[in-house]
Amino acid sequence: MTPATSAHPARSSALRRGLQGIPLRALILFLCFLWTLPTAGLLISSFRQRSAITSSGWWTVFAHPFEFTQWTLDNYQLVLTSDGMGRAFLNSLLVSIPATVIPITIAAFAAYALAWMQFPGRRWIFAGIVALMVVPLQMSLIPMLRIYTQMGLNGTFLGIWLAHTGFGLPLAIYLLHSSIAGLPKEIIESAAVDGAGHFSTFSRLVVPLSLPAIASFAIFQFLWTWNDLLVALVFLGTRPDVAVVTARLSELVGSRGQDWHILTAGAFITMVIPLLVFFSLQRYFVRGLLAGSVKG
Amino acid sequence: MQGASTAEESSLLDSQPARILRPILGLTAIFAAFGWSTGFMRDPNAPAWQLLLVALAIGVLGVWTLFFLANDLVSRFPRLWAERIRPYIFVGPGLLLLFAYLVFPTVQTLYLSFLDARSQRWVGWQNYQFAFTDRTMLIAFRNNLLWLVLVTGISVSLGLLIAVLVDRVRWEPLAKSLIFLPMAISFVGASVIWRFMYAFQPPGRPQIGLLNAIWTGLGGNPIGWLQTQPLNTFALIVIMIWLQTGFCMVILSAAVKSVPSELLEAARIDGANEIEIFFQVIIPYVSKTVMTVATTVVILVLKVFDIVYVMTSGQFGTEVIANRMYSEMFRFRHFGRGSALAVILLIAVLPVMIGNIRSWRRAQ
Amino acid sequence: MNPTPRPLSLSLSLVLATSLFACAPQPQQPDTAGARQRVTIFGAFVEEDARRFEASMRPFEEQTGIQVEYEGSGDFETLITVRMEGGDPPDIIAFPQPGLMVEYAREGRLVDLGEVLDSQQLSQGYRSFWLDLGTVDDTLVGVWYRASVKSLVWYPVPQFEEAGYEIPETWDELLALSDQIVADGGTPWCIGIESSGATGWVGTDWIEDILLRTSGPEVYDQWVSNEIPFNDPRVKEAFEKMGEIWLNPDYVLGGTVGILTTPFGDAANPMFEEPPGCYLHRQASFLPVFLPPEVEPGRDIDFFYLPPINPEHGRPVMGAGDVMSMVNDRPEVRQVMEYLTTAEAGRAWAEAGGFLSPHNDADLDWYPDDLTRAQAELLRDADTFRFDGSDMMPGAVGTGTFWTGIVDYLSGRDLDTVLLEIQRSWPQD
Repeated sequence: MTPATSAHPARSSALRRGLQGIPLRALILFLCFLWTLPTAGLLISSFRQRSAITSSGWWTVFAHPFEFTQWTLDNYQLVLTSDGMGRAFLNSLLVSIPATVIPITIAAFAAYALAWMQFPGRRWIFAGIVALMVVPLQMSLIPMLRIYTQMGLNGTFLGIWLAHTGFGLPLAIYLLHSSIAGLPKEIIESAAVDGAGHFSTFSRLVVPLSLPAIASFAIFQFLWTWNDLLVALVFLGTRPDVAVVTARLSELVGSRGQDWHILTAGAFITMVIPLLVFFSLQRYFVRGLLAGSVKG
Repeated sequence: MQGASTAEESSLLDSQPARILRPILGLTAIFAAFGWSTGFMRDPNAPAWQLLLVALAIGVLGVWTLFFLANDLVSRFPRLWAERIRPYIFVGPGLLLLFAYLVFPTVQTLYLSFLDARSQRWVGWQNYQFAFTDRTMLIAFRNNLLWLVLVTGISVSLGLLIAVLVDRVRWEPLAKSLIFLPMAISFVGASVIWRFMYAFQPPGRPQIGLLNAIWTGLGGNPIGWLQTQPLNTFALIVIMIWLQTGFCMVILSAAVKSVPSELLEAARIDGANEIEIFFQVIIPYVSKTVMTVATTVVILVLKVFDIVYVMTSGQFGTEVIANRMYSEMFRFRHFGRGSALAVILLIAVLPVMIGNIRSWRRAQ
Repeated sequence: MNPTPRPLSLSLSLVLATSLFACAPQPQQPDTAGARQRVTIFGAFVEEDARRFEASMRPFEEQTGIQVEYEGSGDFETLITVRMEGGDPPDIIAFPQPGLMVEYAREGRLVDLGEVLDSQQLSQGYRSFWLDLGTVDDTLVGVWYRASVKSLVWYPVPQFEEAGYEIPETWDELLALSDQIVADGGTPWCIGIESSGATGWVGTDWIEDILLRTSGPEVYDQWVSNEIPFNDPRVKEAFEKMGEIWLNPDYVLGGTVGILTTPFGDAANPMFEEPPGCYLHRQASFLPVFLPPEVEPGRDIDFFYLPPINPEHGRPVMGAGDVMSMVNDRPEVRQVMEYLTTAEAGRAWAEAGGFLSPHNDADLDWYPDDLTRAQAELLRDADTFRFDGSDMMPGAVGTGTFWTGIVDYLSGRDLDTVLLEIQRSWPQD
């Protein structure tokens, strides 16, 4: 979390002119307010009684915010103390971390090869990858499950890692390719001149330089796998030893969806970890990793 | 992870069996570990930290080691061969997984789309005929077009605008986190949020939906935001924009930060104002990323179904192609139609694909 | 059906197996004992209901040593489709509606229970309509395990009595009561059908209940199987009967817009206000789940049977439930099926609440409160029972155009057009 400001003289001068000061701040504030409003409603609702949620608007709490009788922790207590929630959190982590790292690793290698290696069929492979991004994963569920059943991969973590990897790869390769291909040619070539092979060029040079792209994709892939319900239900199931958080929550809400006040708390409890990931990867979004290394 | 043996070290004469055996044994060990993990991870008695450790070791280190060893193995080959094979070592695992999880099912989907509901009889183009003549399907095509134009246009431009603007304020991480927040919420959570926004109560009763509360406060009659056509489609599009802008902003922000400060400084010395800099320096520099992000959003929008499924299930004229595909597959169990709609989605992305290939070739 | 041409899938798995999982062993079964026989059941009820079901299975498990593993999911339809097509079916499926059971039976995926169960025991244990509901093309493929009743009209007891209203015994009396409430300055009905993606199902329940009362069970069955089309005058009549109430702005709180936009679970809440926003609310036996916690069923709210319309069709009951079908024929699965056809198999759940047994030997004393008992009696004394028709129609209609049709009719589209469109969407096989 190092805001990359004031390190550059150019930027401090930028702050003294042009679009800046009050109107700039007001505009950003307004957008942030607009974007946060719905979530704020959910947050406030998650601390209200079930009956209050359905009978009055969440903004009515501001009429007398210090009337503590209207606040309750019941929703959170219900979710956190429900059977198997702890195990579900662990399962979600067991699914999401590898299901984030594996596709990124595989995609980074593939993206590097497509960008900086010469071999026949590159263009077709790239075209295919763009096309495959649109394949709805629902179409893959049944054929994959047949193969899993034959191979005994049903309900295993390895099975779901590979599934998430397969479904996430096209986008991963596409996004990482756009950043790896954008690296200055001079850098890659000078590494080759220094006698580094492709593998070490990739691991010591390309990966560090494309960290912002890798970090941003890691955030999204983590979010998707963490919040995914369908793939987890199909390949893991709802048995307590493998159920993930989203699966537990959707069961808590009940078969008729009548208990969605639980969802208000559930949504925030499940958000905590993705937000931690976001903040911890924030520091890779810094300016000028390449600044100065290339003659502009 | 160090000590990657380079191609220089290996030569024609260098072919000691031991050195070849090492990577082969390593690869075998890795596969054995993968196999062992499937059983171990299901052991209900294993302590949590052990499970996490195994997951990390296998899932994180395992794959990297796999590449390392495969590369090591190839380096033992005669040099000419090594350089020919190496690219396939790099793209191979990815291609293999893509083939298994996406290409093979796609080919099968194509085949199923010419069969009937239970995939027993050949029906030719009948499923496609349905897709292009059915009343709700025509509505779905119209809506998809609206979704594509509005969501892509608005979320990409807003994302870029925010990325550039927050770059200039001290509390950038906070602002970015707030915009990003919706992405961290699961779809089910997001649907609850928007129920609170769009909820309806009959006139004269307290409104629990924010929009209707504001609207009735201004003296209007409460509106059924999700039931009134064509308002409801826009109501759903707003949700998607709200979700996707964070995605665009994060990726574009990384690109905006890579604009060399020398360029900005030079432009300022030339007396350009900030708006000129935005259009003449920043936009050209990040245009490739904008294209990438726009492509991604277009594809996400083509695939959008959760929002529609959860909020209206495509009723009241809010149908979109992907939602109908899901309904046909899993609710109506009409595998032929479901597959045909998936194929149509695939065809719809062709223009985007061609555009990408062109720019890629230019870049080469 | 077999969507995957076998050679392709085989060769692909070979490619995969030799390349990636050369050493992947078969996963170990979690239970290391291995000797215990396991029977898996997959259904749609979850959480509390699932725990009560497991409790009901316990006596059997202790007696036989067979382990019954129940797995449930709210996404039942999607998951059962994927698992059946993916070659990973459960041993027993607890269908939340018989429509899918009928389809699987016709595809030959369900075991003929006539071979498995004692027919004499069955005919003693269940009234004939239960067995008919589990029979597809003269083959018994499902036994009913749980039932619920839908033909109920709920009313707020103290307010109702205070105003001096009487429980109506016929449809005409019901309309007369509605007029009286309007004359007294109140609004008789609360109706809300909003159910996000499933909006419209409340309306289909009304149509089904009315059609059973106007045209009788035989016509109802023919309508469900589409021998009688949707644009038949008798179906139209049922829609118009519903319209007498739904489309009358004096009758319904919030009018048609209110019906469309009020979530079905919140619709009854205005009954408990002062003065009551409405006095009548037609909804299934699960309504108490959705009521505010301070409302006590039996004291603040009670129900009466939705009255008959045409006397010659008597007092039919429309409802829903869970039906058990067998997929894998193994000795231990047969034992579980046999147990499921005893009244005992539902006892623990009945005592815990939220359960009506279709079984003749189920004791009324098992039920935890008078409300449930009254529903069980209604079920017991019904002239006939029919399952929710929309759940038995093909999904494209029952969870598609029929729902949409209800919404269209409410939104003011021409009824003949609406009915014709539903009819046209019926899958032509």
